[in-house]
Amino acid sequence: MSFRIAASPHHHSQAKTAVIMRTVALACIPGIAAQCYFFGVGVLVQIALAVVTAWLCEAAVLKLRGKPIQAKLSDHSALVTGVLLAVAIPAYAPWWVIVIGTAFAIIIVKQLYGGLGNNLFNPAMAAYVMLLISFPTQMTSWLPPLTLQTTPVSVSDAACTIFTGYSCSGNSLTQLRSDVDGRTMATALDTLRTAVAAKQTVSEAQTSPVFDGLGGTGWSWVNLGFLLGGLFLLQQRVIQWRIPVAVLGSMTLVALVFAMVDSDRFASPLFHWLSGGTMLAAFFIATDPVSASTTPKGRLIYGAMIGLLVVLIRNVGGYPDGWAFAVMLANLSVPLIDAYTKPRVYGQSAKRG
Amino acid sequence: MSQYRQIIQQGLWQNNPGLVQLLGLCPLLATSSSLTNALGLGLATMLVLAATNAVISMVRHQVPNEIRIPVFVMIIAAVVTAIEQLMHAYTFELYQSLGIFIPLIVTNCVVIGRAEAFASKNSVLASTFDGLMMGLGFCLVLATLGAVREVLGQGTLFAGAELLFGDWAKVLKITVYQSDSHLLLAILPPGAFLVLGFVIAAKNAIEARRKAKQPAAASTVQRARVTQAGS
Repeated sequence: MSFRIAASPHHHSQAKTAVIMRTVALACIPGIAAQCYFFGVGVLVQIALAVVTAWLCEAAVLKLRGKPIQAKLSDHSALVTGVLLAVAIPAYAPWWVIVIGTAFAIIIVKQLYGGLGNNLFNPAMAAYVMLLISFPTQMTSWLPPLTLQTTPVSVSDAACTIFTGYSCSGNSLTQLRSDVDGRTMATALDTLRTAVAAKQTVSEAQTSPVFDGLGGTGWSWVNLGFLLGGLFLLQQRVIQWRIPVAVLGSMTLVALVFAMVDSDRFASPLFHWLSGGTMLAAFFIATDPVSASTTPKGRLIYGAMIGLLVVLIRNVGGYPDGWAFAVMLANLSVPLIDAYTKPRVYGQSAKRG
Repeated sequence: MSQYRQIIQQGLWQNNPGLVQLLGLCPLLATSSSLTNALGLGLATMLVLAATNAVISMVRHQVPNEIRIPVFVMIIAAVVTAIEQLMHAYTFELYQSLGIFIPLIVTNCVVIGRAEAFASKNSVLASTFDGLMMGLGFCLVLATLGAVREVLGQGTLFAGAELLFGDWAKVLKITVYQSDSHLLLAILPPGAFLVLGFVIAAKNAIEARRKAKQPAAASTVQRARVTQAGS
C-alpha cells in the first residue's frame, strides 16, 4: 500500500516563472513609453540590442553547459534582464556598451553562478556597475529631453547615433547634448550636483530648464510611468509591497533629514522620488525575486538599506545616481539579513536553537 | 632525474602556487595590471623563492624545529631586502611603479610555504630547483593575468617594458588595438579577480578533459600488469 502525499490545494498558484517574467516586461511599457515620448526612441534600439544579445548569450552558455536551451530561454528571464539594463543606461550610448553589458550580465553574473535562481547579484545592476566604472563617459552621456534639444533627435538619428556615434546629420553626441550656447546639458541629478559643488543653492540650481518643478524635465514622467507599471505588478501580485514601500519610505525619511539639515544643499524627498531611476529601481530592480531578501522582515530591512544608500550616494557620494551600487551592496547583505530574520516556525519557541 | 621532473610538474602545473594553492593572491591581483609590472614582480618573486629555498635548505640541520619559522622569516626578509635593493639600483622606475609590493614579497605565503613544505626537508639542489619552478609557475600566472588585463584595459602589450629591460625594450611594445574607451574594469581590482577566475576555470577544464581521456589508458596498463603477474 502506498501513501500518496499531495501538496495542499489551498496553496495553489498558477504563476510560473515565464508568466511572472512576462508580466514584469509588460509592466515596463508605461515607463518606456514615457522615455520614448520625452527623450526619443533611442531606448527602443537599446532594448532590441539588449534582448537579442541576452538571448544569444543565454543560448550559447546553456549549450556549453549541456542544458535544454528552448525550455530555459522561454522562461523570459534573459528578456527581463536585457530590458532592465537597456532602460537603465543612457538611451543614446554606443551599441557596444549595451552589448558588452548584457553579455556580462547573462554570462558572468547569471550563468557562471549557476543560472536563474542562483545568482548572488541582480544581473542588470551588476552589469550597470561594470559599465559605469568601465566606460564612465558613455554611461553618463544622457541626452536632454526633446523639448530642450537644439537639434531634435529624429527616429533615424537614434539608430545613427547609437551605431556610428554621430546623428544622420553628422552631429556628435556631445553636440546633441549642447544647448543654444554650446554648453553641455546634463540630467537633473548631474546639474544639481555640479551646481551645489559650485556653491549654488538647490533652488537656484532648479531654475535650470532641466528641472520642471518636481523632478527632472521628462524624468518625472518616466518615473511616474514606472510607478504605474510597479502598481500594476503589485496588483498582479508579482511583487509584494514590502520592498518598494521600504525603499521609498527610507528614501523619503533620509532625504527629509538631509533637507531639514540644509535645504540649500540637499534636494527635497519629492525631487528624489521623481529623478533618476527611483521608481524603476524601487519596483522592478530591488524586487528581483532571486537576489532580494526572502523573509518578510528581511525585505523591509533590505529595502530600507537600499533607500538609505541611494540618498547617501546622491547627496554626499561621488556619483550622481546610486541605484546600482545600493542594490548590489544590499544584495551582498541578503544572506546575512535572511539568516537573522528567519521567521519562527509554528510550534517552535521564540528562542533560537 | 624523475624527482626533478616531478618538481617541474608540481611547480608549473599540478601544484601551481597561483592557480591551485591560491597563495600570494595579494601581489598576484594587485600588480598584474600590466604585463611589465607582472613580469617584474614575478621575476623578483622567483629569485626570492630560489634563493630562500637554497639558504633554508643549507641550514635545515642546524635550525631547531621549535624556532624554525622565525628563522625562516628572517632569512626570507634578508633575501627580499637584497632583491629590493637590487631593483632599486638597476630598475628604478619599475621599483617605483611596483612600490610596496616588492618589500611585501616577505609576506607572500608561497615563499614561507615552500620553505616549510619543501626546503626544510630536501637537499640544497632540489630545494633551489623547487623554488625556481614554483617561482616560474607563479611568474607565468602573473604574466598571463598581466597580459590579458593589459590588452583588455589598455589595448597594448609590454607597454613600459623599458622599465624592466632597459631602453632597447621600447620596441617590444605592441599595440593590439586602438580605441578611445578601453574596458577600464580589466585594470581595476575586480578585473583581476574575474580574469584569475577564468584562468583557474581554464586550468580545471584542461585537467577535466585530460582525466576524461585517461581511464581508457589506465585500464590497459592495469591489464598488462595482471598478465605480467600471472606469467
